[in-house]
Amino acid sequence: MNSVIFLTIVLLALSSYFFGRKKAILIQSNKRLTALPKFYGYYLAIWCGAPAFLLYALWSIFEPSIVRFFILSDYSSQGLLEGELNLFYEKVKSLSRNQYSGELTAELQRSAEKYLNFRDITKWSKVVIVLSLLIASTGYAYTKISNNTKTREPVEIFLKGVFFLSSLAAILTTIGIIFSLLFQTIEFFQVIPLFDFVFGMHWYPAKAFVRDASEALDPSMYSDTFGAVPIFAGTFFIALIAMCVAIPIGLLSGIYMAEYASKRLRQYAKPVIEILAGIPTVVYGFFAALTVGPFLKDLGLSLGLEVSAESALAAGGVMGIMIIPFISSLSDDVITSVPQNLRDGSYAMGATKSETIKRVIIPAALPGIVGSILLGVSRAIGETMIVVMASGLAANLTLNPLESTSTITAQIVVILIGDQQFGDPKTQAAFALGLSLFIVTLVLNIVALSVVKKYREKYE
Amino acid sequence: MNKEERLIKRYKAEKRFQFYGKAAIFMALLFLVVFLTKIFSTGYTAFQKTWLVIPVNYNADLLYLDPDKKPTTEDINDADFYEFGIETFITLDPDASEDQIMELKKMFAFTFERELKYYLLDNPDSFGKTVDVKLTASDDLDQVFKGNYPRDIPENRRRASDYQLKIFDKLNEDGRVISEFNASFFTNADSREAELAGIASSFMGSLFSILVCLSIAFPVALLAAVYLEEFAPKNRFTDFIEVNINNLAAVPSIVFGLLGLGVLLAVFGLPRSTPLVGGITLSLMTLPTIIIAARASLKAVPPSIREAALAMGASKMQTTMHHTVPLALPGTLSGTIIGLAQALGETAPLILIGMVAFVNTIPGTPMDPAASLPVQIYIWAESAERGFVEKVSACIMVLLFFLIFMNLGAQLIRHKFEKKWN
Repeated sequence: MNSVIFLTIVLLALSSYFFGRKKAILIQSNKRLTALPKFYGYYLAIWCGAPAFLLYALWSIFEPSIVRFFILSDYSSQGLLEGELNLFYEKVKSLSRNQYSGELTAELQRSAEKYLNFRDITKWSKVVIVLSLLIASTGYAYTKISNNTKTREPVEIFLKGVFFLSSLAAILTTIGIIFSLLFQTIEFFQVIPLFDFVFGMHWYPAKAFVRDASEALDPSMYSDTFGAVPIFAGTFFIALIAMCVAIPIGLLSGIYMAEYASKRLRQYAKPVIEILAGIPTVVYGFFAALTVGPFLKDLGLSLGLEVSAESALAAGGVMGIMIIPFISSLSDDVITSVPQNLRDGSYAMGATKSETIKRVIIPAALPGIVGSILLGVSRAIGETMIVVMASGLAANLTLNPLESTSTITAQIVVILIGDQQFGDPKTQAAFALGLSLFIVTLVLNIVALSVVKKYREKYE
Repeated sequence: MNKEERLIKRYKAEKRFQFYGKAAIFMALLFLVVFLTKIFSTGYTAFQKTWLVIPVNYNADLLYLDPDKKPTTEDINDADFYEFGIETFITLDPDASEDQIMELKKMFAFTFERELKYYLLDNPDSFGKTVDVKLTASDDLDQVFKGNYPRDIPENRRRASDYQLKIFDKLNEDGRVISEFNASFFTNADSREAELAGIASSFMGSLFSILVCLSIAFPVALLAAVYLEEFAPKNRFTDFIEVNINNLAAVPSIVFGLLGLGVLLAVFGLPRSTPLVGGITLSLMTLPTIIIAARASLKAVPPSIREAALAMGASKMQTTMHHTVPLALPGTLSGTIIGLAQALGETAPLILIGMVAFVNTIPGTPMDPAASLPVQIYIWAESAERGFVEKVSACIMVLLFFLIFMNLGAQLIRHKFEKKWN
């Protein structure tokens, strides 16, 4: 039904373009127009489509909650809990679709009938109201069209408005992220004290298995289950291992590319290294779990070391490989943009190329390099699949790279894979972890971007 | 240390430093090579499928059909091919004990009933005759035949028993084990059985997600970029939008998964596990990438173009829509393709919105539950069976093929259609 209304609006708007243009062309035969005939077409099409579509969209958004309010208004005086009302409403809905298989009560049946009735009313009134608005607005605009109607300006203002709304998408996404994370996190901290989360030493969310709603409110159950220290430590530890691989290789290859490499090598090697950044992370995860993990384990055995098959080293090492191109490309760019006269000055003093690089270019490019490293760190912290597949899922507090550890991202996946129950502290814990991840990466990015920006301003 | 020695030392340091640089590049390239060889060497066998060709006697008595009458399609559909299959397998070794019969059965994929039935449906003339029929081998034998399973380890640590191997070797000597291109890998949906599992369902899931992502992200990003580059006033609010876009580009993908879960599923009540939700989530993630690419190519259009159009009496909107945007389109398109390639490889957000469900049907619309190629890789990689390892690698090869294809396409558009302004 909805798509039919939508298509009708679109088709009517398209056809009114031709009506508008035709009227303008007729007028044109004896009077001068103020705009090209097609603008009269656009003008009519917008008047036809936009108000009707807006009403249709608003109606569709608010209809479910209005219907819900209307159906449940009979029961609001009975002092039921929010959860019970929700459950009842779901039952009513599934009964109305003939998918209900539970116990039938008289009030349930009555409500389902009322629901169906009401849905019917809203459906048809929606069609009638939207279509009559469409006809009214189109008719108004059609009668208004004459030779001196301003049509180009309103059409352009409308388009500009649409452009502006599109640019708000980024803000809406950010708001959506903050809303979804914050909302659940606040509920989480009502059950688990913030202090326990930030400074607790034990992370064992599987313990917080909730059977029914009454249990969920008992905080003693969760003591010592949601201590995020092992998770935070694991995250930074794996990121550290990754950076130990990525910084030397990335930085040195970036320097070589910028200062030594011939044009040919640069032309071929640079895109090839960048392929490393384009490989999906799940592929790296598979590689780490299938090849690197067992390889390290065998290597450890031959050296007489106990290495877990899912070691932090395997996950971190492979993650480091993934980050190499981020660091090499960015530091390459940064080094190339160091002004030539700094190099010339150093060569004139008799310095060799490597001395120039070490003593002049790197210090000059340092802010940019630091920025690229910070971006790499933020990548490492936010990386999910490699850790999920190659490192353990149990949160051990360890500094031994040969053991398994877990990270924020891996725990989010572990908690939220499969069916989730909203309102369960376990689910909310994942959102709390997500919020901490968001904040950490946000700070890293802001710092990194501002450092790089400042550096660029210095030399441009 | 005299001057000469110091100079030698400095030159040595120079050589060393250059060596480090070369070594670093070499390491990075080595990783890539090792990585790709590993994937290809484990994956290429998945494109072959092992069949066992066995003599089947489509005897009317065994099928409980009337021997004098040609069976109709309905007769065949109603016939019991399970018992018939077992009887057929016994002909491979007439002395087999009860347990051995079970082992014989396990040499074949559990779809043997269907395969026997379809053969008869396709070749009704073979009714009453003994014919050679191609049946899918079980994944254990498939792996043995491909050499992925060692045969020389003790029987209790092996998936294929000595008895099965004996029969298998006899069939092999008679030339009854054949290996053909594995078309079912591309046409089958996911399955718990490695020999039957295919990528069709996850491929369709990926395709739908990417289409949804494209149809949302591209128009919104292009219009947003046009607004920011051509119309936006220079004020705090515009700066705020810009900061937002730059930060979103660096937000970890899993956070978008939480957004999809917390807003799209929980608040808007969109259906779980569907490419629709996956596509919307991915489009929010790709949006900043495309906006940044589109702005860069809008910026690259020289002001003289705009000035010329304005001087001819075009309005600001006409200038933008008729001149600036078409000139910036190649760059925007190539940025869009790169963004979509990123989205195609994304796994974590899709797992969170439930696209990790086991789907053994091929989705027909974006509203049907589905997995996607990277999620399929994850699901198979978590599976213990050896038969899935080659499937994972093969799936990775398919995914990498699409990614390379898309990136080359983006390069091509950029080089072929983008105007160079000098």
